[in-house]
Amino acid sequence: MTNYAMVIDTLACIGCGDCVVACKNENKVPAGLNRDWVVEATRGEYPNLETEFRSERCNHCRHATCVTSCPTGASHHWKDSNIVLVTAAKCTGCKACIAACPYDARMIMRPEGYVDKCTFCHHRVDQGLDPACVDSCPTHCMYFGILDNRDSIVSRLLRERRYKVLMPETGNQPQVYYLI
Amino acid sequence: MIEEVLVTARFNDKIDPSLGIWTWEIAFYLFMGGMAAGIMLFAAWAVLARKQDDLDFAHNRFALWAPIVLSLGMTTLFLDLEYKIHVFRFYTSFQPASPMSWGAWVLVLIYPLMVVQVLSTLRAGYPVLAGWLERLPGGSLILDLCENRRRLIAWLVIPSAIALGIYTGVLLSSLSARPFWNSGMLGPLFLISGLSTAAVLPLLAGAVGKERRFFETSDMSLITVEIAMITLFLITLATGAAQHLGALDLVFGGEYTIPFWLWFVIPGLLIPVVLEIVALRGNRLFGLAAAVLVVYGGFMLRYLMVEIGQASTWGDYAVQFDPALLMRLSQ
Repeated sequence: MTNYAMVIDTLACIGCGDCVVACKNENKVPAGLNRDWVVEATRGEYPNLETEFRSERCNHCRHATCVTSCPTGASHHWKDSNIVLVTAAKCTGCKACIAACPYDARMIMRPEGYVDKCTFCHHRVDQGLDPACVDSCPTHCMYFGILDNRDSIVSRLLRERRYKVLMPETGNQPQVYYLI
Repeated sequence: MIEEVLVTARFNDKIDPSLGIWTWEIAFYLFMGGMAAGIMLFAAWAVLARKQDDLDFAHNRFALWAPIVLSLGMTTLFLDLEYKIHVFRFYTSFQPASPMSWGAWVLVLIYPLMVVQVLSTLRAGYPVLAGWLERLPGGSLILDLCENRRRLIAWLVIPSAIALGIYTGVLLSSLSARPFWNSGMLGPLFLISGLSTAAVLPLLAGAVGKERRFFETSDMSLITVEIAMITLFLITLATGAAQHLGALDLVFGGEYTIPFWLWFVIPGLLIPVVLEIVALRGNRLFGLAAAVLVVYGGFMLRYLMVEIGQASTWGDYAVQFDPALLMRLSQ
């Protein structure tokens, strides 16, 4: 399985939301729906507060419970990679995948009713490009690449920096990494 | 202190602020699926135990209720689908890792079995319907075939109906992202509950004598087992990890405490047991009241399980985007 990963430097992210706008433009995401979003997390007691910005989306899990729960095969891994896609033509809108996703990263497309989500812009990845959110980031805090390749930027960053993933305890093996 | 704010909006329909993808339609389907499984099991057992004299209704007439009940449930399941014209997609592939896919194919097995179970009882239970069928070409032959293989059909019904009853619970428990559902108890619990709700139907249909006593006694035993299983289900959560304890809090002090205990456990389980004890001493009205409450409790079990499961999560944002706040700016 080719392991694509997104690495986001929370120390460089300023929470501008450009990644969200870029995604909406690139993927024609309808108004009122969002494939990605930005979280501002503040911890501590005043005056010792620490704020972290996180651009969040589908984690394209290696062990994706949304894929295993899908009764029709609409949710699947793209080209033997960890990128999770939904084939709208096979989707019944049963919503099992939504219930199976611990990150609540899926959404129901209106008016059709099929389930949609972040695709890591696989159509761009297919052409050797980065996802639109990564490409548009004004602080260059987002990185994308193949984790199996030791020389890739994502492999190097994860070797050199401290990082975390969201809710690893789910066992889903999420592939969006946050540098901390 | 931790405060998490969504800087950009993610108010996706039915996902935010908390999951609400499944409501009464799925609960009703799970309820009817369990009840249909229970009906099939009682009807099959009456045949296998040769109870044609003592359990006339269960032996000859009960089986016809199963396809009607299941079809009503399937209707609401269809209503729940967001992309209804793609319903046929359930049958263009089989996904072995998906319980919902198993469920879809189990129904393909169950429906023909239900039909032959009904046909094997039609002459004895519904002679008018049997008369209509006999007028069709080959109708008598089919009825003869099914009647002659009545015990074989009953044997086939037993594992299939158990699979159907358990499946309704496994469907939820397989979704590991919702901690409240993470228990192997849900499958057996829903099966027992399905049997319990099926057991009161003959009482509501006017069963008398030994048959009434049999179903009252059966239901009392089933509810007792159901109470024990719910207790074990809660203990499983209580001995779990942090997210399971968080899920348990929803019914112990959290937002579902009153619905779970006051709307389900007390009126749907405890009061019916007491009423059935009184009914066994000969008071038929108490038995009927218990039967109505058991049906209510069976539905509430599914409804609350579906609701609470969706409210339980591995992680949530402390503060969420609320579009209503934007509306205030324009006021």
